[in-house]
Amino acid sequence: MTRLVLRRLALLVPTLFGLSILLFLWVRALPGGPATALLGERATPEAVERINELYGFDRPLPEQYVTWLGQLLQGNFGVSTRTNRPVLEEFLARFPATIELALVALLVAVGVGIPLGYLAARYQGRTVDHAAVVMSLLGVTVPVFFLAFLLKWLFAVQLGWFPSSGRQDPAMVATHPTGFYVLDGLLTREWDASWDAFLHLLLPAVALGSIPLAIIARITRASVIDVQHADYVRTARAKGLAGGHLRSRVILHNAMLPVSTTIGLQVGLLLSGAVLTETVFAYPGIGKFLSDAIFALDYAVLQGFILLIAVVYALVNLAVDVSYGLIDPRMRAR
Amino acid sequence: MTTTSTNRGGGSGAPLLSIRDLEVTFRTEAGSAVAVRGASFDVHAGQTVAVVGESGSGKSTTAAAVIGLLAGNGSVTGGSILFDGEDLTTLGPDAMHRLRGSRIGMVPQDPMSNLNPVRRVGHQIDETLVDNAVVTGRDVRPRTVELLEEAGLPDAARRAQQYPHEFSGGMRQRALIAMGLAARPQLLIADEPTSALDVTVQRVILDGLTDLTDRLGVAVLLITHDLGLAAERADRIVVMYRGEVVEQGPARQLLTDPQHEYTRRLIAAAPSLASRRAELARTGAQVAVAGVDDLLVVPAAHDGQAPEERPIVEVDHVSKVFRLRGKGLLGRATDFTAVDDVSFVVPRGRTVAVVGESGSGKSTVAKMMLGLLPPTSGTIRFDGVDVTGKDRAAEVAFRRRVQPIFQDPYASLDPLFTIYRTIEEPLRAHGIGDGASRRARVRELMDQVALPAELLRRYPAELSGGQRQRVAIARALALEPELVVCDEAVSALDVIVQSQILRLLVELQERLGLSYLFISHDLAVVRQVADHVCVMQSGRLVEEGTVEDVFERPRTEYTRTLLDAIPGRDLELGRTA
Amino acid sequence: MSAPEVYEVPQPPVDAGDALAEDRRAGESLWRVALRRLVRNPGAVVGAVIVVAFVLVALLAPVLAPYAAGELPGRADVRPTFIPGPSAEHPLGLDRYGADVLSQLIWGARASLLIGVLSTLLGLAGGMVVGLLAGAFGGWVDSVAMRFVDLMLAVPSLLLAVSIAAVAGQTPSSVVIAIGVVQVPVFARLLRGSMLAQRGQDYVLAARSLGLSRRTVTMSHVLPNSVSPVIVQATLLLATAVIEAAALSFLGLGGGSPTTAEWGRMLVAAQNELEIAPRLALLPGICISVTALGFTLFGEALREALDPRSRRR
Repeated sequence: MTRLVLRRLALLVPTLFGLSILLFLWVRALPGGPATALLGERATPEAVERINELYGFDRPLPEQYVTWLGQLLQGNFGVSTRTNRPVLEEFLARFPATIELALVALLVAVGVGIPLGYLAARYQGRTVDHAAVVMSLLGVTVPVFFLAFLLKWLFAVQLGWFPSSGRQDPAMVATHPTGFYVLDGLLTREWDASWDAFLHLLLPAVALGSIPLAIIARITRASVIDVQHADYVRTARAKGLAGGHLRSRVILHNAMLPVSTTIGLQVGLLLSGAVLTETVFAYPGIGKFLSDAIFALDYAVLQGFILLIAVVYALVNLAVDVSYGLIDPRMRAR
Repeated sequence: MTTTSTNRGGGSGAPLLSIRDLEVTFRTEAGSAVAVRGASFDVHAGQTVAVVGESGSGKSTTAAAVIGLLAGNGSVTGGSILFDGEDLTTLGPDAMHRLRGSRIGMVPQDPMSNLNPVRRVGHQIDETLVDNAVVTGRDVRPRTVELLEEAGLPDAARRAQQYPHEFSGGMRQRALIAMGLAARPQLLIADEPTSALDVTVQRVILDGLTDLTDRLGVAVLLITHDLGLAAERADRIVVMYRGEVVEQGPARQLLTDPQHEYTRRLIAAAPSLASRRAELARTGAQVAVAGVDDLLVVPAAHDGQAPEERPIVEVDHVSKVFRLRGKGLLGRATDFTAVDDVSFVVPRGRTVAVVGESGSGKSTVAKMMLGLLPPTSGTIRFDGVDVTGKDRAAEVAFRRRVQPIFQDPYASLDPLFTIYRTIEEPLRAHGIGDGASRRARVRELMDQVALPAELLRRYPAELSGGQRQRVAIARALALEPELVVCDEAVSALDVIVQSQILRLLVELQERLGLSYLFISHDLAVVRQVADHVCVMQSGRLVEEGTVEDVFERPRTEYTRTLLDAIPGRDLELGRTA
Repeated sequence: MSAPEVYEVPQPPVDAGDALAEDRRAGESLWRVALRRLVRNPGAVVGAVIVVAFVLVALLAPVLAPYAAGELPGRADVRPTFIPGPSAEHPLGLDRYGADVLSQLIWGARASLLIGVLSTLLGLAGGMVVGLLAGAFGGWVDSVAMRFVDLMLAVPSLLLAVSIAAVAGQTPSSVVIAIGVVQVPVFARLLRGSMLAQRGQDYVLAARSLGLSRRTVTMSHVLPNSVSPVIVQATLLLATAVIEAAALSFLGLGGGSPTTAEWGRMLVAAQNELEIAPRLALLPGICISVTALGFTLFGEALREALDPRSRRR
């Protein structure tokens, strides 16, 4: 198990290294070159020349890369041309917001998807099953940002049940020791702040969770159906197991193996979807900041954020692989 | 033991299980299909009854109907299953569930897929005991360990703590036997309990099972495709064919005096019932429908070529080492020697068999012979020339002369190619003939393997297993090879089809002067076709000799064990008839 | 020669799996069988109808659309607080700039089809090349190709598309490139995995033993048997491409002007009119969803029809 973790960590290094080269070249390949990236809209020919000299953009590429990598390793990811603040700082300031959103979205997806898929499989061919199949089809075919729109229009604009944007009512006075607003409210006993943050989270989380929900429901259904036909289930029946014991000890446990891998694979979708969902709900997370950076052509932010997201993405995938070993004894031996 | 032996072979008293006019139907998209039709037979307490048949005969379906575990689309549509006086076909799901495990147990076929992979083996037996209310609380685990010990699992207390993937196939099957008998059922259904295991393990497991069920007085419904095994283990045999019981009776009587045509063919085809090569060669093109006496005719001397001629294949101190990737980040790569310093020759026009259990390295030998894998050391010479290290032209020439026939007829034909294209491909690839002459040649090949020309437009998926294997043979023969490497070529086939293919191979050998390298795990089959036998164990060649020598005068303990493990070997049918 | 009596037992249809072998007609290729299965699957039929309708609308846009793309017939009627709704002249009303919504949607279908098909073709071509190289040669070629694929998969797909679109400049063709390139690793991995699985099969060993060249074995046996999952995936990714194209437009990377007839862009533009004219967002959103649904339904049905588990026997 430890070896697995170590090997996966070791594999991570060349991937991130390769990615850093690509991202380095990416900025150099931008229309207008790296100076434009730094200057943004203020790029006049004189300014570009000055920047090129100042930052060494006129030097050979390998040399530039080494310098840049050295800065990265010291935590210097450059400065946002839009806000004039260090990219890393901007990232860390928004990270908890996105994590909070993604976690709630995942909770929605898992909490609804697994029971839905399980019921669909158990009552295969009946109404629950058909409903689940239609729902999972819609989940993957309705674009996240459109669903976000619909939810916002219906529940926030038309019905007014939920706030339509932000993380917390601006009028709310709350302290934020961790940056996770719902948790913060619970820790500081500011219940109303916690509740308000939760209400802000719910619509974006449902929108963001829709695709993972659909996929998880689908995989759960297929997996439970598969396992129901497995030889060991038949044998368990033959030895006198039935009802709850059969379902929990044999069917559900085995069916969860592929589902858990699927849950891990959703992390990428959540991070992609966060850019769109946060934009619709003006939710101040990484995604919103990224989409603002795209509109403003803030390349330093794009470069830094993509690299940081890749790191997070890789670490989460690693964690998922490791946790997979906890439910599948066959993996522990590796 | 005394009570059981009075019942053995007899039929006195009310039967424990009485199946009458059983009909089982499966609903499919294409309509309903009757899988079992009007089957009737009895199993008395303590008795072992074997149901024998080939795939699709309805034998497993019958067993599934008894324990109430038919697949979702199947149901009993007629007849009755009386178990201890109660009709199981009328029982509700709850009553049936109470019966399973506690009164009717099951030992399934494939030990690899029948244990829950995510729970410890001990737990899986614990829950059997608890759910059947045999013991409770603290008594559970000691009982589990006892049961595992009883089933012949050494170090049972520790083993109970392990997961199925830490067990070998034989150990898993022991655990499944312990599980099936945990609640002391009156009837145990053993559905091909050992067909997924190596022969030597098979024997030991079956002995264990027989001892245990005899001791406990458990009646056994044994489902098997192997007539020899059935004859050896059962008091009575029920023969099923296409969903119907065609014949039944006391084991010995059924074998020596079969009444039904199908049973006769089954007996004639059964490799385990000690038939010999000469019989195959002599009867040639005809299917032996003759009685069993014919099977034991002393073989005529083989009139092959003079032994002084240079052998077509010389395998000279060949080894194959695979490098296994190390585990973990710093894990060292370890070497695995699949074939260890093996030498033998294949004389022209003869059949040399390489036998061994899984992991013996026999298939690696086949792949090296075919030039699909290079040996790590040593040389394989074909007609005096080293098989490896050839240039492209030499390789093409070599390929024309050496052809394979593989085990799985479902996997060895390209599913997207018609039969015509499949057989024509080698001709086209080697630029032999023009369109018209190739067409003629393909038809000739079809004729040689006794397949109708109508099949040429079909796809492999439309053919039966035996037909596909004939296509594979036709393809192999297209280039008029001198050596054919048969890698378990008949192992996946039902016995009757198997004997037909074997007969075809022998006949083609005589007609075309082929040499065969015959790779098999099945000694009974080897005995029918081989001139020479090489026995392999864990990569080494442990014994080599003529088929007579190896089978009649084995020199090593391992060969003796293998021979003893052939089911039905001890039966001397011909003598009693 | 005297043919031995062929005493072979035809396999009776016992298990459910055999039912599929039953509906096979003599001498029918696997693709034809798949086609017949598709026709019987209601999901496939619905999907196919949607896809065909979408393609027809896209192709016939010049005939069907009442107004040209980008034309603003109702420019004078639009006021900041009022956007005219459906009328006889404009069945789906006008948008913020005075364009006819129905025409815009029809032209938008054309843009979506073009972007979807071109980007998927690009991804398919690139992925097939990489996957084929990896799958056919193995060894270090495989290692290099797969490291490259890992690298591309290390970034969530939308972000990768965003980065590529940013470099390629903000034009419709850069959207095609961005979405296409993102699909490359998906196809590459799929084809490689599928080829590796086939390469170990006995029929491939048999073909090698026949003395066929490596190229022939790969091209006429391994590849044809490996492409069906790739084709299924291509159908499914057409849906994804339509959605991702809209997503890139949504993020301002689609190029073109605010009046360009493109579903994603229409949706973004409608964001500000949510309260006075929600239909402006709903209509393009529904178009995207239904189109994606069509491709998905068809792709899923195709997957089922080509399922190797039912192909055996």
